[in-house]
Parts: sequence; C-alpha cells; structure tokens
Amino acid sequence: MSVKELVERYCRTSKLPHIWCPGCGNGIIMGAVMRALDKADIDQDKTVIVSGIGCSSRAPGYMNFDTLHTTHGRALAYATGVKMANPDLNVVVLTGDGDCSAIGGNHLIHAARRNINLTVVVFNNSIYGMTGGQYSPLTPTHSYATTAPYGSIDRNFDLCKLVQAAGGTYVARGTTYHTRQLVDQIVAGLGHNGFSFIEVITQCPMYFGRKNKFPSAVDMLKWQQEHAVPVKAAAKMTSEQLAGKFLIGELYHEEAPEYTAVYEKEVIAKARGEVK
Amino acid sequence: MNSEVAHIDINEKWCKGCGICIAFCPAKVLVAREDGKAAVANIEACTRCGLCELRCPDYAISVGGKQHASTN
Repeated sequence: MSVKELVERYCRTSKLPHIWCPGCGNGIIMGAVMRALDKADIDQDKTVIVSGIGCSSRAPGYMNFDTLHTTHGRALAYATGVKMANPDLNVVVLTGDGDCSAIGGNHLIHAARRNINLTVVVFNNSIYGMTGGQYSPLTPTHSYATTAPYGSIDRNFDLCKLVQAAGGTYVARGTTYHTRQLVDQIVAGLGHNGFSFIEVITQCPMYFGRKNKFPSAVDMLKWQQEHAVPVKAAAKMTSEQLAGKFLIGELYHEEAPEYTAVYEKEVIAKARGEVK
Repeated sequence: MNSEVAHIDINEKWCKGCGICIAFCPAKVLVAREDGKAAVANIEACTRCGLCELRCPDYAISVGGKQHASTN
C-alpha cells in the first residue's frame, strides 16, 4: 500500500497536515500504527482508538476509526469500559509517557493486572511537550527539562518492567528509528489475546532535544540507533557493555486468561443462571 | 539491482523539512532544498527500500515502482 493509499484509507484527510512540530516522532508512530492495523487485516469498523491528553493523544483525531479523545491519564479506563461493553471490538490505546505513567499510572498497572485485551502504544518522548517541557516519570535521570534546570534527580521508570510486573502479557519496546520492527511489534500486540504494551522511544526535538544538546530530530534518531540493543544481542553482552543502552524487541510474552473472556464465563454466565 | 528506476513523490505542502528522510536514506537519494524541505537528487540510486516513507513523520514522501518495499 502506498503512503497515499494508507493516508486516504486510515486518516481523516481533511485534518491533515497534522500540527506536530517538524521532526516530532508522533507522526512516525501513528504511521506505524496505521501500517500495523493494515498488516494485521483489522476491520476498521470494529476498531476503537482511545487516547488521553497530550501531544501524542491528538493522534486519534487524525485517524479514520471510531475514536475517543478522553481526559488526562484516563485513556485506559475508557478503553476498559469500551472493551467490557463490547469485547468483539479491537481496542487500541495511544498515550504518552506522562499521560500513561504519571496521571494514568494507576490505570496502567490495573489494566495490566487484569490482562484485558487492549493494545497500548506509549509514545515515550521523555517530556511533557504540549505544556512546555516539564519532566515526566520517564525523563532519564540527569536530563534537563523546563522544570529541571539543573537536571532531573528523579530516577525514571522502566515502564516495560513495571507493566510486566503488574501482569501485562505482551511487552515490547521499539523506537521511531527502528520503524519496520515497530510495525511488527504492534502487529504482534494486536494479535495477542491479553494486555499488550508497546513502549516506543520517540523524539521531541522542541522541548527534550533543545534542552539536552540534540540540535535536531536527526541527532535524536542517531542516538536511538546508537543506544538501542536488540534483546537477542543483549543476551551476549556484559553489563558494562550494556551500560547506558536500552533494550528493544519483544521483552515478555505469556499466555494467560483474558479478562473479558473470564468475565463472560465466570460472572455473566453465573448471573444468568447458565452455570452454578 | 534496479530493474526499473523508482519514482519518488514529495508533498511539499506537508513536508516540514525535518531532514530525517535525507539523513537516513541508505542510498543518499535525497537532498535538502534551500528552505530545508526534501528534494530528489539521485533517483537512479534508489533501491525502493521504503525507509524514507516509514520514517517520514508527515506522510510527505512516497516511493513508487514495482516491489514496493514498505508493504512487504
């Protein structure tokens, strides 16, 4: 499918071009999501895309699906409601690092714990872009932000480890540089029957880049290229070699009972008196 | 390698001149215009790998020709 066909099929073309800054990775991730939905042969009329608040959460506004642009941090709460009401729908959540890990942090761990069949794509640009560059729980320690003029002293979350520990059953990390792999990670997440979580390391050249000595989006993608280590390669590396790097690829995968299926079987069927 | 010369379309209204496609084209097909937007300079070298399309944040570049790589 050509880019023109992709955009005409999956975007609300009257809303384009989008408002994201030059070099912002959000458009790359949204493109990867559209390509993944196409590759997975998802029924557009049975797919709901849900977001919270932030730069990344504007994405569903550009996408030609049934979409919900919800309140800050609550994308997963709304998505849980949609999925519970109609488990036949494919529910995709697009959220940012702040929306997902700070304001919506509790929703994240509990959606993961339940193993509800949602596909979550986190746009991790390490900063609150829309509100002017405040640091988020995913801003790397010692990075600069509007609210951390001397460098952030906070330790950042490893969100993939957090989700795995909370009970998520498909966990992967990609980047906007490794775009082809990112599409495949999202396809795998869409195909997984359970809570699928894909963290995407992306670039905010305007707020994170300018504060952290990245002159351009290209420099930020080069950083990704140099610091991302595929899981298989990492297995052969020492901890010294891995210092300062981050892992990409499928980090965790298990099959476990899915929440809406269990609800139907153990709650609805009993409530209807179909089973005792 | 090329059985057919590729064709690249750049939507200059949508291109924001970020330079990502230019910097990471493995065959150095693209250059920046004076205003920073992308332009095709060396179409004969294009292998239709499709990486420019995949990484363009603005859906502004499209590679045509047979064996369209990004749909493989």
